[in-house]
Amino acid sequence: MFDVDIWQEIFSTIRKNKLRTFLTGFSVAWGIFMLMILLGSGNGLSNGVKEQFAQNAVNIMWMWTGETSIPYNGLKEGRPIKFNNQDYDFLRTKESDIEKISSRYYLPGDILYSYGKEYGSFETSTCYPSLKDMENINLTTGRFINEMDMMEFRKVVVIGDDIKKALFKEEDPIGKYIRIGGVPFNVIGISKDKRRNQDNNRQAYIPFSTAQRIFNGGDRVHTFTVTTSMVKTTEEAEAISDKIRKDMAKRHDFDPNDKRAMGSFNMLTEYIRTMKIFQAINLFVWIIGIGTLIAGIVGVSNIMLILIKERTREIGIRKAIGATPFSVISLVLLESVLITTVAGYIGLVMGVGIMELVNMALMKAAAGGAENVFFVNPTVDFRTAVTATLILVFSGALAGYLPARKAANVTPIEALRDE
Amino acid sequence: MISIQNLHKSYVTGNNSLHVLKGLNLEIGEGEFVSIMGSSGSGKSTLLNILGVLDDYDQGDYFLNGKKIWGLTETQAAITRNAMIGFIFQSFNLISFKNAMENVALPLYYQKISRKKRNMIALEYLDRLGLKPWAHHLPSEMSGGQKQRVAIARALISNPKIILADEPTGALDSQTSMEVMEILKNVNDQGITVIIVTHEHDIAAMTKKIIRLKDGIIGEVITNGDLQLYRDRVKSE
Repeated sequence: MFDVDIWQEIFSTIRKNKLRTFLTGFSVAWGIFMLMILLGSGNGLSNGVKEQFAQNAVNIMWMWTGETSIPYNGLKEGRPIKFNNQDYDFLRTKESDIEKISSRYYLPGDILYSYGKEYGSFETSTCYPSLKDMENINLTTGRFINEMDMMEFRKVVVIGDDIKKALFKEEDPIGKYIRIGGVPFNVIGISKDKRRNQDNNRQAYIPFSTAQRIFNGGDRVHTFTVTTSMVKTTEEAEAISDKIRKDMAKRHDFDPNDKRAMGSFNMLTEYIRTMKIFQAINLFVWIIGIGTLIAGIVGVSNIMLILIKERTREIGIRKAIGATPFSVISLVLLESVLITTVAGYIGLVMGVGIMELVNMALMKAAAGGAENVFFVNPTVDFRTAVTATLILVFSGALAGYLPARKAANVTPIEALRDE
Repeated sequence: MISIQNLHKSYVTGNNSLHVLKGLNLEIGEGEFVSIMGSSGSGKSTLLNILGVLDDYDQGDYFLNGKKIWGLTETQAAITRNAMIGFIFQSFNLISFKNAMENVALPLYYQKISRKKRNMIALEYLDRLGLKPWAHHLPSEMSGGQKQRVAIARALISNPKIILADEPTGALDSQTSMEVMEILKNVNDQGITVIIVTHEHDIAAMTKKIIRLKDGIIGEVITNGDLQLYRDRVKSE
């Protein structure tokens, strides 16, 4: 199969029919090219949206409380609902669908941050160590809050990059003390959100336990941040939040349907919904791409059939002087595979190349500070490219199969009969 | 070399069956120079196809070089043709996009002989037929006589036992026809059995044995001694 002769045979026929070979190859190249462009764009869109979600864990859920709006169990509406530390213990130990949990206590009043002569007003997030994973908090230096900080009510703080710039300028803040509402806190780390949400860089993180004790929180909790089990469907995700809501309603005597008494946002539902759309888009892209490719393959097959018809006499001669059916089939099949593979590969390289160029342009734009939200890394991964290549070789064989069988069935007598 | 007993062959098209060969018996020895004649419809093309292992038959026996030709797969038939038989056709049947040397070398390609070696052998055969200067010409650049000589070289290159020539001079003028027959006679002198199908009496008269087919059986066999008489008869006709 790999001897030089058969290739020479094939090349001599291709050379004889340059235009026809080009046109045939072009339809295949175009099919693959479009498939790559479509897949790349689909990926870019999907990556862009994923990146949006990636600011937090995709299975994150927030809960907060308000006042009841529906009378319940003989209790009047307008009653304030408040989470507390017992709710934390309950959620952490009794709710099997909750994986990680962090409480937050909002510091009262306007809290001023100061270091030496510098001061400013910043957002304070009081949290458990688990928040780091849930909100994908990225540390540039130092460490995040840990269990020891919590247990010992340590006055430590992780400051956002903008706070560091505002208070410390060029100075290294680690180990220094800043005052938060007049209370000195030891800086243990600096966080930086490299993504789009710049607000996170104006935020400081202090241990929840410390915050509750120092700022007179009692056992009050304002919000819970939790991650839930990763489920596959929106229904399952909804079921999880409903279960939690019902349990909390029971604990605090409010109607489970009262959205004002307790509010929540379940990211996973949104994530699943969005990913479903992208799966559909991806499927659609493949269907269109394969469709275009099939048109190309039918073209190749068609051309090969015509070619066989034209070459009937030649094939008859070959058979008369000793060509076996196998050698005839491999001649036709290899030609078909060669045309589709080479042409398809050109289309593949061009398609991937264009998407890479687009990616480079996007990266450049992003480095220049441009806000580009919905198109990230619009490229085709290696596996898809390999799949496409395999599809190509397979389709080449498919395109050649019918013509090859026709060629093998040529009888020398009929082929050589003088017109 | 060739031994045929009671050979039957019919062609079936739709509901019609055309009985072409009707119990034909034929013996051709090694090194014979035979021509097969007959009017159209007498079955000479059919016989040639069966002799050339291009077609099968319905009934009877066909032994080629002592081996019974029956029930071969296409691949086996191809191998048999390649090893035993050299074909020469009226319309030369050269492959148009291959030059003379490549055309001649083609049978050796199917014997899996290396390109270099088979091209060398092909050049040798072309040289023997006085065509070496044309080795790199395409068939379209050659005259009819040259093309037929290339075809003969191609038929000879695989060292066949038998040369089957179907109207080898049918597309040539009489001068060139004589030259081609001369070559075939030389081939025969080297011990290769040559069988020519023709309807031209003067061509048949140059062979050593004439077999006349009539209605699917052998009508008349004219051999050596009688051949002179036959020649005279043809001339007077």
